[in-house]
Amino acid sequence: MTLSITLTVNGTPHHLALDDMRVTLLDLLRDRLGLTGTKKGCDRGQCGACTVLVDGRRLNACLSLAVQQDGADIVTIEGLAPEGSLHPVQEAFLEHDAFQCGYCTPGQIMSAAGLIAEGADGTDMERIREGMSGNICRCGAYRGIAEAVAEAARKARTEADA
Amino acid sequence: MPDDFASQSHIRLGSNSGKPQTRLDGIAKITGSATYAADNAPQDMIWAVHAGAPAARGKVVALDTAAALAHPGVIDVMTPENRPELAQDPDARAEFFAMKIDVLQNDAARYAGAPVALVLAETLEAALEGARLLAPQVEAEPARIGFGSSEPYEPPFVGFGSPAKTVTGDMEAGFAAAAQNVEVEIETPPQYHNAMEPHAIVAQWDGDRLILDTPNQAIVMSCPMFAAYFGIPPENVHIRSPYLGGGFGSKAVINAPQILACLAARQTGRPVKLVLGRSQMFGPVGHRGATKQTLKLGIDGEGRLTALSHHAVAATSAFDDFLEPAANASLNTYACPAISATHAGSRWDIGTPGAMRAPGEASGSAALECAMDEAAHAAGLDPLEFRLRNYAETDPASGRAFSSKELRECYRLGAERFGWAGRPLEPGQMRDARGRLIGWGMGTSLFQAPMFRAEARATLRADGTAVVETAAADMGQGAWTALAQIAADGLGLDLAQVEFRSGDSKLPDAGIAGGSGHTATAGSALFSAGQDVVAKLAALALADPDSPLHGAGNQAVTARDGRLFLAADESRSASYADILASAGQEALTGNGEGVRNPKDAEERAMFSHGAVFAEVAVDPDLFQIRVTRLVGAFAAGQIINPKLAESQLLGGMVWGLGFALHEEGIHDPRTGRPVNGDLAGYHVPVNADFVQIEALTVPEADPYVNALGVKGVGEIGITGSVGAIANAVWHATGRRARRFPIHVEDLL
Amino acid sequence: MKSFEYLRPETLDEALAALSDPDAASLGGGTNLLDLMKLGVAGPERIVDLARLPGLDRIETLPDGMTRVGALVRNSDLAADPGFAAAFPMVAEALLSGASAQLRNAATVGGNLMQATRCAYFQDPFAACNRRAAGSGCDALGGANRGHAVLGWSPACIAVHPSDFCVPLAALGAEAEIAGPSGTRLVPLAEFHLLPGEEPHRATALEPGEIVLALRLPAAAAGFAGNARYLKLRERTSYAFAVVSAAAALRIEDGTVAAARLALGGVAARPWRCSEAEEALAGKPATAESFAAAASIALSNAAPSGANGYKIVLAERLLARTMAAAAAGTPAEMPALPGSLMDDTGEAAHA
Repeated sequence: MTLSITLTVNGTPHHLALDDMRVTLLDLLRDRLGLTGTKKGCDRGQCGACTVLVDGRRLNACLSLAVQQDGADIVTIEGLAPEGSLHPVQEAFLEHDAFQCGYCTPGQIMSAAGLIAEGADGTDMERIREGMSGNICRCGAYRGIAEAVAEAARKARTEADA
Repeated sequence: MPDDFASQSHIRLGSNSGKPQTRLDGIAKITGSATYAADNAPQDMIWAVHAGAPAARGKVVALDTAAALAHPGVIDVMTPENRPELAQDPDARAEFFAMKIDVLQNDAARYAGAPVALVLAETLEAALEGARLLAPQVEAEPARIGFGSSEPYEPPFVGFGSPAKTVTGDMEAGFAAAAQNVEVEIETPPQYHNAMEPHAIVAQWDGDRLILDTPNQAIVMSCPMFAAYFGIPPENVHIRSPYLGGGFGSKAVINAPQILACLAARQTGRPVKLVLGRSQMFGPVGHRGATKQTLKLGIDGEGRLTALSHHAVAATSAFDDFLEPAANASLNTYACPAISATHAGSRWDIGTPGAMRAPGEASGSAALECAMDEAAHAAGLDPLEFRLRNYAETDPASGRAFSSKELRECYRLGAERFGWAGRPLEPGQMRDARGRLIGWGMGTSLFQAPMFRAEARATLRADGTAVVETAAADMGQGAWTALAQIAADGLGLDLAQVEFRSGDSKLPDAGIAGGSGHTATAGSALFSAGQDVVAKLAALALADPDSPLHGAGNQAVTARDGRLFLAADESRSASYADILASAGQEALTGNGEGVRNPKDAEERAMFSHGAVFAEVAVDPDLFQIRVTRLVGAFAAGQIINPKLAESQLLGGMVWGLGFALHEEGIHDPRTGRPVNGDLAGYHVPVNADFVQIEALTVPEADPYVNALGVKGVGEIGITGSVGAIANAVWHATGRRARRFPIHVEDLL
Repeated sequence: MKSFEYLRPETLDEALAALSDPDAASLGGGTNLLDLMKLGVAGPERIVDLARLPGLDRIETLPDGMTRVGALVRNSDLAADPGFAAAFPMVAEALLSGASAQLRNAATVGGNLMQATRCAYFQDPFAACNRRAAGSGCDALGGANRGHAVLGWSPACIAVHPSDFCVPLAALGAEAEIAGPSGTRLVPLAEFHLLPGEEPHRATALEPGEIVLALRLPAAAAGFAGNARYLKLRERTSYAFAVVSAAAALRIEDGTVAAARLALGGVAARPWRCSEAEEALAGKPATAESFAAAASIALSNAAPSGANGYKIVLAERLLARTMAAAAAGTPAEMPALPGSLMDDTGEAAHA
């Protein structure tokens, strides 16, 4: 069967004629829209590398059919910050060396953006560690990740207060 | 080979090295623009997915190729019956690093998950379903899994050519002199690398040239190995590997799915992409082999070792040999008049193991450090004091001097930072405010500081900037950055003036990113390429009558900030650009080689050292464990980039925690199939597993390892950490780990 | 993954009509069904996406005081709902102890009830599994079974139900609201998941063509809000299924347990309500001794199904510990590590 769906990805609407219902959101982004920044680490919701924001919330793109997201607003690592600029989470990841190989990084960053948006106390390190535990980093950059998220969360709160 | 190694010693690195330079590939990685192998999608590309053997031992008797071919989108199915010829026998071990691989050479299943067919399709979805529809059936014999499943054998060597049996001193006399003996037996399970990036390849043929996008830890070295399978000259293979999503040893050797993808691309005339599923990474791409280790330590009345025997039975596959050189970890760590390190092999129906972050040392030092802790307790000594009493001033195995060894300072600094003083000798003495048992443990870290062989090229351009080139591999350790820093120093340029090209087999051979020797090796090559440029530049300037440096004779010049200065009179200088312009040259190229001075290699023992201290909190009834503090102090020679080195050391310590508490590849004892072959079942640490983790470095000057004084930091962090955590668990609970990972039922 | 037809009904009637096809499967968030389809364990011909059904994404209070949670409410939304979390804190804690934030944002209440066991042999199409393929055998028996059942298992199946969420629900007497061709019915959650017996391939009380519409919690369940905890033992600090878990909710009057609601997770094919222990505890002083005695009763019929006898010891100790934690009072704020024994370890300890 073929089904027409509409997805807004990084602000751009896409009208797609999907010819295979099996295509996951992750594979749609990577293989059909050419947005390869979102990574596939396990394809089963067990690593977090494919984390994207769907309607503002972090989700594992590998465990969602593309058709399920018909009408959704999706943000990937390519669209987190306007072209040529960095999101505060990205800046903090760079500053804190919160990655090594970089493969889990887009998912970590999208997850962190989601965590901060969730508004739970983003400056409590223990809550950050727990909140980021759905993103595995095999290089073991966990300390840098937690510190980077805390810094970005602090900045976000300061800006919100200002 | 240069004949003036001595003059290269004690070089002064320039202003770039030693700086906590932010990763040069960082922007690409945080914006998603870094292109990993699987991100490539050439025009007209098709997908390949292999089906794996459902049993570990037997014969494939059925494959439903008709069902697969009938699935819409499936193009073809490759099986042993129609697989095109290879130019090299995949079971030949034609080359030392070419492991035997399963590329459809016959109908045998020799480990679960071994490729039994390859499905080609227009889409990933169709290829995956085609592979499922094949529903392979195996006429299976019971799998041999576990140390009791086959007779141990005596291997000719272990690891990549390490001795299987080393005995120094008189063991009998050593044990006779002991006041008491401590005996420990420890098992470690199969562990799987599980880099976040699954192994991937995009293969395309252009005539008889093979172009590969695939993550590879030994880019140039792999070209002839690929070429051999297809009967083409090595220079016809082009490997592009700018980013590796982690490797940890599993991307250093060629694996079967890569070869199958190349075959499929040649047969169909279309580019082929093959990406392993996570579960497919539990078989054809190596793992850390299981070990069963027995240690016996003789100690005298003063708490000094009189004899140390370490025997490791190491598991390998039924058809190939890679034995974890675990016992050799005891050869270089502690002073002891008699040391025996011996190995036996055990054949399992499992994929062939391979090098995985700190191969040998990780498993071996885990056992050694646990045994040392037991011995310290038996001797009534603090574990740190016990290690200091057995401090090796020279290499215990060879008697050679160490090239450098600041381990004492590591012990001191780590203990101070951790607050080790005052630790009760007996276990079960400390509780936190919530009533949880608290334990403190420590371990010594040790890892070889090898060098391999690398080449590099540096080209100075007319504008005074430079291009430096070597086919290094950055799997996250920071090669893109640290090597560029070294290269800039070699040239006497600021980092921003240097364009670093890497990760491509068309560049000079950088050797292997492995063994913690990549920065030392490729860095030395880059530095000397820069120095070659500087020397040539100096020759031009000194010979140029119009140059401020003219006629300086044999006086040395120094290179800095893109200028050559007369060492004796720094008011006399000339810019690189001016020197080139005066000489009428558009560019100037220098070459360099990174290799260890054979005399130093012969005379010195070369290792990185460290000490790790761990605190654990353990629930007194339910035995949940959390590592609340982990502090490591390491001496690894010259640190090129403290920020990146710290990340490497921390990463190793994270692996140490995983080894101690989480990682365990479980295979069904009857079929040999992985039972937990995914990331929900095969646990690796998550963010919440770390409360406080710290890696310190101790200054260490080493004039012998290489001209740069660089050792390695990639693997040492895992050693020491495993033992420290296990010993802390004992200190909290009074229960000794006898197998890793530590299970709750072992503490109940 | 097998190809399938995708349907997205707009009404319940349309959905039920579509699900009358035995080869159809209903889709909530997809975090479990899609996974099983990738593994080749599930292969529906038709997928009926319930996402557009009206009214199932609400948390509401019914006239009789019951709390009704629609099947499409996301796990994360339910845990974050202030009213729900205040009334049923151990349910919120259980939700937040499960999976990851990403998965909780996708997973639905209905899907959580329907989730399949994580038994490796169930997930492996090449293994014998009576639950997946009736009559094929059980490779978990005699296999790698450290994590398997110690209560309610049979020689046909030793799998455990993996849900955290369902454990406190079972304790609190929640009910599943089920819609089917013959109308709507309520099934107590503690009986919703079936014990394996001879027919392990039947995992839930759902009849063919039925779907979970909502979850209902009795008004009285909120009476335990002041003393309720969910604790979960895991093999890493987060993002792991339970080795064993326990939900305990107490109503304490003058130091005496007036009523108790207890259940265990990770021990059986269903969340295990500990009714006898609840009865034994009622009227007893809220002390460690009473809790230990009640926990002992809860596990009195437990038996290992393999290399998992340690789970009996752990479950008994954990249940007692959870009762003690509940007796100490529901924390004012959700713990940083929900369900964990290992939070609050930031301060260094000394001898």
